[in-house]
Amino acid sequence: MTPDYHRPDTLHDAVALLAERPCVLLAGGTDLYPATKAQSLKGSVLDLGGIAGLRGITRNTEGWRIGAGTTWTDMLRADLPPAFDGLKRAAREVGAVQIQNVGTLAGNLCNASPAADGAPPLLTLDTSVELVSVRGVRVLGLGDFLVGPRRTALTKDEMVSALLIPTAAGDGVADFVKLGARTHLVISIAMVAARLVVEDGRVTCARVAVGSCSATARRLLVLEEALIGGDVGDVAAHVRAALDPIDDVRGTAGYRLDAAAEITMRMLREMMP
Amino acid sequence: MSLDTTAPVLRVDGRMVSIGDAPLRRLSDVLREECGARGVKVGCDAGDCGACTVLVDGEAVCACLMPVARAMGAEIETVAGLDDALGKRLRAAFLRHGAAQCGICTPGMLVSAVALLRRVDAPSEAQVEEALAGVLCRCTGYRKIIAAVCDAGRVMEPAAMPETGAAIGARVERLDGQRKVDGTDVFGADDWPEGALVVKAVRSPHHHARFAFGDLDEWKPNGCAGVWTAADVPGVNRFGVIPPFADQPMLAEGVARFRGEAVALVAFEDGAEPDLSDFPISWEPMADALDEGAGRLVADLHEGRPGNILTEGFVRRGDAAAALAGAAHVATRTISTSYVEHAYIEPEAGAAWMDGETLVVQTCTQAPVMDRDDTAALLGLDPANVRIIATATGGGFGSKLDVSLHPLIGLIALKTGRPARMVYTRTESMQSTTKRHPATMTASIGADADGRIVGMDFEGDFNTGAYASWGPTVANRVPVHASGPYRVPNYRALGRAVHTNGPVSGAFRGFGVPQAAIMQETLYDWLAEDCGMDRLAFRRLNAFRDGDTTCTGQVIHGVGIVECLDALKPHWAAALAEDAAAGFSRGVGVASCWYGCGNTSLANPSTIRVGLRADGVVVLHQGASDIGQGSNTVIAQICADAAGLPLGAFELIGPDTALTPDAGKTSASRQTYVSGKAAELAGRALRAAVLRHANAGNDARLRLDGAAVVVEDGEDVRRIVLGDLPTNGFGYVFMGEETYDPPTTALDADGQGKPYAVYGYGAQMVVLDVDEALGSVHLRRIVAAHDVGRAINPVLAEGQIEGGIAQGIGLALMEEYLPGRTENLHDYLIPTIGDVPPIESILIEKPDPEGPFGAKGLGEHVLIPTAPAILNAIRHATGAEIDKIPALPHRVHAAIWATRSQDVSAASR
Repeated sequence: MTPDYHRPDTLHDAVALLAERPCVLLAGGTDLYPATKAQSLKGSVLDLGGIAGLRGITRNTEGWRIGAGTTWTDMLRADLPPAFDGLKRAAREVGAVQIQNVGTLAGNLCNASPAADGAPPLLTLDTSVELVSVRGVRVLGLGDFLVGPRRTALTKDEMVSALLIPTAAGDGVADFVKLGARTHLVISIAMVAARLVVEDGRVTCARVAVGSCSATARRLLVLEEALIGGDVGDVAAHVRAALDPIDDVRGTAGYRLDAAAEITMRMLREMMP
Repeated sequence: MSLDTTAPVLRVDGRMVSIGDAPLRRLSDVLREECGARGVKVGCDAGDCGACTVLVDGEAVCACLMPVARAMGAEIETVAGLDDALGKRLRAAFLRHGAAQCGICTPGMLVSAVALLRRVDAPSEAQVEEALAGVLCRCTGYRKIIAAVCDAGRVMEPAAMPETGAAIGARVERLDGQRKVDGTDVFGADDWPEGALVVKAVRSPHHHARFAFGDLDEWKPNGCAGVWTAADVPGVNRFGVIPPFADQPMLAEGVARFRGEAVALVAFEDGAEPDLSDFPISWEPMADALDEGAGRLVADLHEGRPGNILTEGFVRRGDAAAALAGAAHVATRTISTSYVEHAYIEPEAGAAWMDGETLVVQTCTQAPVMDRDDTAALLGLDPANVRIIATATGGGFGSKLDVSLHPLIGLIALKTGRPARMVYTRTESMQSTTKRHPATMTASIGADADGRIVGMDFEGDFNTGAYASWGPTVANRVPVHASGPYRVPNYRALGRAVHTNGPVSGAFRGFGVPQAAIMQETLYDWLAEDCGMDRLAFRRLNAFRDGDTTCTGQVIHGVGIVECLDALKPHWAAALAEDAAAGFSRGVGVASCWYGCGNTSLANPSTIRVGLRADGVVVLHQGASDIGQGSNTVIAQICADAAGLPLGAFELIGPDTALTPDAGKTSASRQTYVSGKAAELAGRALRAAVLRHANAGNDARLRLDGAAVVVEDGEDVRRIVLGDLPTNGFGYVFMGEETYDPPTTALDADGQGKPYAVYGYGAQMVVLDVDEALGSVHLRRIVAAHDVGRAINPVLAEGQIEGGIAQGIGLALMEEYLPGRTENLHDYLIPTIGDVPPIESILIEKPDPEGPFGAKGLGEHVLIPTAPAILNAIRHATGAEIDKIPALPHRVHAAIWATRSQDVSAASR
């Protein structure tokens, strides 16, 4: 019996509870359970599973709202424009179907792994993160939300209620590639997401983001600018300049730079007009 | 079961089950512990292996990652509930295709497949791969699982058992298969006496450290039933699979020599939440050495083993140095390999209890009798007072030869008089049990101008970790095998087992030979190139022929390596003519293997008993652990044909040290050969007893007719009503019990002698593409030709080949155990369903004069050629020479760049 288990029905009750005491937020659970050897979660746990309206993707005039309870499978099954294809490709590589069926997009971001599969494609979709607390609602750009490895901008009394993608980010085509040492169930060595809007043979909007090659997934702003200017120059140099990977069991820093540059070049070659 | 209307309820396989009020418990734990759904297997508790996959409202989830609160009100389906028409067809397809080996991943595979098949009637291979990608299998290599799921739409009659005399060579479904596909097979974690204490071990977080306990009497966490340390060990606190080298304490005494070594045990009452977080112990870390180079430089870990050399093995023939000096071509290199984890999906688990004066330990194992003897010595018991009951074993691959939790739970059952149970966590299993030896090897091989090998010199240091385990075996086996299955007139090979503070290296499918084969087979590619010869032709030229003499001076017969290489020829030619996929570099590689079956120059007898019961059932006392490889089936097939009785009449008992005679350990590729031979002899003895009674000739036919045996000797037909005859002490009317021990001889100081009585041979060919810019390797297909002497069961033989290849792929491309860093199944990578390409198995049957019906061993052979064939193909594709295994993408990438810079510097000279 966990005395301190809470499953509120409303967001209002959830944030009221969070204001009283810090809680571990349970969305899909796919990061919480692997982090313990115990058969049960310990401490105060706030289960988001009962909150009405937290799960699902809705569309309004401003764009798409991905509720914090939305699973990868929910997103894969949703009717979304081609600009989301990169996100969908990433979704298929979040663990396997067992993880996709319960793991949430918001949870993936809150866990804040440098290798979070969702971060690069969501960066290319200009995603903002909606945070709520009893103090109110604030919205942060994803780049500002992800502060560092395993660190986000969430304060103790806040929770993520939704990911927001503006209508304009629904334009264009998108792609995602994850490089790992095996085919499935792999933490990436490097991953690249891109979204391009091409009008009349010219790139009018470019987003390129790389994961696993810096403390948090990162957009390659200089490269994006260059893509719009039409004179891309040395893509590899742009990629290298924007990243600062580390050596770990999956690969060396130098290799990560080479691989990220190569994947980016290939992806852009396919996508460019 | 009556329902408590106030308690939470789960709906499991259509049943309503009351459960405790613990909303955040893992669903897997509740299903297993409270709902009796023990078909739900737990392999990692981290969502990495998928063994615990269940359907929640039709969607596949890892039950280990789901709080039980989330499953309330939902329809939960486990493997046991898949008994609709679709489930039955799928189970039948798994049996037909041999898609279940050990069976521990099978529930997760079946459940995941059902989720797919309910949506898609006739899925493509790609759809199957995606649907099953979340479940790891360590036995099968996945190909037969894919085939079975794709074939699940077919309605087929169950295959009939073979006719009398036709069991050998038949594609018999595994005799223990039904319970593996319906989820009822009992593995180590699946059965325990009511109220058993739950045992946890306190383990070293350091590679090398002194430790001191605080006040253990004062420490009493919730539900704690006691604490035990080395001071409580009643016997000799030293164990080891090779008694003269026994050096490992079951609980460390003041110093832990590797990370994960157990230092204390704590027992908790059933239902308590075990918590070791404030266990009173202080640690003082000491200098450590983790690799074989460092191990030779640090202070000795064990008295009497100077320089941390545990043992050396040596073989010399002719004069290797002189031959190399005079060779037209010499190739030399140094290669190092990594720790490899067995990563069976079933972590160690078991239960122990007292039965009068007898300590009973029920657990997964590869070696029940060795377990009994080690456990008895540690606990100060007479082996006669220890009984080991083997459960189904969810993979072993060598690591379940050594005792793990047997003495730990045994100690607590002995001390408390209460039953005790223990299940290792995945991390505990990875940290504390044995590994494949990392090796640093240097070798030179020379050839004459015509491409004939003239000499070889090999030295290898094998990191045997903190304790001996099978280190001596590796040191001895490697020098015998490092030549490969080739004629090498001048040879010197030295293998050393070196202690370090790494995890204990023990047995792992091949005992060091896979590492040595990487060395020899990659050098063969260099030499073939130097000689201007085709690489397959170069191997064929040098391969052993019947009647050749090995480097240990042994004359060998029934040698099928040339046949294996010839079987690859058409595939080789076709592959060399193919182009790579766009953007890739195509590589084709080949490598061979040979492997001696059974212990190296040491006795390793097996005894098999078979009896005919008064009711007409043939009872086979089968003590050879079936860890998925199929000994339950193969040994029965051999015995049936030897006895001349129908396989369908057989019933199996064991392994259980109280019920089955010692069939030795499941290792060294010895069960089909050694226990199989004992089964052949026992079957013949049973037959002879019946014939004697009937006064019939040797050619008489036996037929079972209910509780009678009918003896047909030409025109003469005798019907023996079994119930009319007396039974022996075992309860049998007729019985055969026979022992077989391979005829080997000791090796002398130069390693000359007859280390093995039977060898098996094989050759594999790999076709792959390399993405040069990324250093990533994409396997396209593998063709494997193995000389098995006689394929007792072709389905199981193919299963061994495919599974061994999968492990060879892991060894070559991804597996690297780093203590403290890759202690789980997401940082330590084993091949997934997408990493094993189509495999074509070619079974060569060149009978061995010694093996049962000509059969040879196969289990380890199959892994040996894969890694070198892959490395040779990478070099063929790119020129890259990888000198640190595994060939992870960054290493392949670096090696490709090194090749290019060499090319540039060569061009600029």
